[in-house]
Amino acid sequence: MVLASIIEWTVKAVVLIFVCITGFAYLTLYERKVLARMQVRVGPNRAGPFGLLQPIADAVKLIFKEELIPAEADKLIFILAPVITVVPALIIMAVVPFGPAITLFGRTISLSVAAASNLGILYITTVASISVYGIVLAGWSSNNKYATLGGIRSTAQMISYELALGLAFIGPILMSSSMNLYKIVQDQAAIGWYVIYQPLGALIFFIATLAEINRAPFDMPEAEQELTAGYHTEYSGMKFALFFMAEYIKMIAVAAIAATLYFGGYLGPFVNQVPILGPIYLLIKILILLFGMIWVRATLPRLRYDRLMAFGWKVMLPLSLANVLIVAVGIILHQEMNLPLWVLSITSLVVMVGSISFVGWILYGGKRDVH
Amino acid sequence: MFTDVLKGLWTTFRSAFEKPVTIQYPEQKRPVRTRFKGRHILRRYDNGLERCIGCSLCAAACPADAIFVEAAENTDEKRFSPGERYASTYEINMLRCIFCGYCEDACPTEAIVLGDNYELSFYDRRSAIYPKEMLLEPVPESGQTTPQKTEPGLFNRSIPVMQNPSD
Repeated sequence: MVLASIIEWTVKAVVLIFVCITGFAYLTLYERKVLARMQVRVGPNRAGPFGLLQPIADAVKLIFKEELIPAEADKLIFILAPVITVVPALIIMAVVPFGPAITLFGRTISLSVAAASNLGILYITTVASISVYGIVLAGWSSNNKYATLGGIRSTAQMISYELALGLAFIGPILMSSSMNLYKIVQDQAAIGWYVIYQPLGALIFFIATLAEINRAPFDMPEAEQELTAGYHTEYSGMKFALFFMAEYIKMIAVAAIAATLYFGGYLGPFVNQVPILGPIYLLIKILILLFGMIWVRATLPRLRYDRLMAFGWKVMLPLSLANVLIVAVGIILHQEMNLPLWVLSITSLVVMVGSISFVGWILYGGKRDVH
Repeated sequence: MFTDVLKGLWTTFRSAFEKPVTIQYPEQKRPVRTRFKGRHILRRYDNGLERCIGCSLCAAACPADAIFVEAAENTDEKRFSPGERYASTYEINMLRCIFCGYCEDACPTEAIVLGDNYELSFYDRRSAIYPKEMLLEPVPESGQTTPQKTEPGLFNRSIPVMQNPSD
């Protein structure tokens, strides 16, 4: 029995990592295609039909590229930093449930590596924060001013936005009164997707994750125009590919987590009768959320660094505190006085629109054509 | 502020459904403009004789010193071009050439013209030097290849009679 469990976990972990790495390869293609279409271009279409072999070509190129280590670099940390960055990105998906349990060879197998853990969300926040070590150590060990600045920016940015992210996690925890991602999904099956009740929370979560994974418009650590390439300036070949991989796998991971927390995870029609539909529904939701991230990248210019920090501390943090307050009060009123939950939705929506207008008014002071 | 963000998102979303402006280059090519200056062509007369008389005016006009011409004597037994002399060697270094078209302007017989071909690439510096065989245009159907055996006294004049310029 123990052996069977070990085999089951090993197989699931290997499959998950394989899916993550393949997903990373094709996410680069997906992003390039979507970006190209939004820029009225075609995108990669030379390697294979519709450019489907482009990720393989990229991988071959990156593997065979020369790897440089700067003479003055701290070699051990320089080599370790990409590993420290990529490993948390790979293991963060472990707690995401991919579907209801299935029965295979007489065993009940849950479609996730560790989603039954009662510390699911705590695990996510912890692991997500570790990868910043990789980035800041990469920046520091390169012995390059641009890289160091990129690493420092990354740390500052992550600390600022992690508060908002952590507070955005609290909404689903309060509603399901559990940190277990399976229970959160099951609760959404009972009362409906949490995005209906907490649109503000979902928006905060989306923006905070964009900052957390250093995606545009929060890609300050790798701002080409001012920092050449930020923390990975001195990296080349496969070590650079690891950073690249970490960024894209984190994109997939946060999309999966956002789908699980706010968009019903693997839920969809007939998912309880046909469990294999679960991963498909989750994949569709992940693809839509990833499209959102790429869409934002195609649209918004990079934020200036001080505005980024100001936005994090002066807008995101108060807003996510307000979100926690609204959700908590809404749930208490629901439990004690039988207030319907749609009141919570309305309040969340009103606060969202109101705060956005208020921020707009603060920034623009009622003036219209300020560009 | 927020409406501006939404407007931007809508703009990018809408443009994703526009027809791409991409031209799939090696398969599809855009025609060049009429006055495009591409790879040089050494022209011939209708009877197949070369227009180039080896006068080196193009080499003198060339600001990049890309053209090298060596002339040799024509005879009626072995005639390459009208007049006394022809270019026995004519080389253009495509790595030096700046495609200014001064050679075209300098040529008294309109022998050298800049054509449409812009796909010039080579694996080494030696093959960047285009010899006369690569530059000469093919023999027209009405003519024969050079050297030709011609009647004495027929091709004394090296430069054709000037006509009103048509282009």
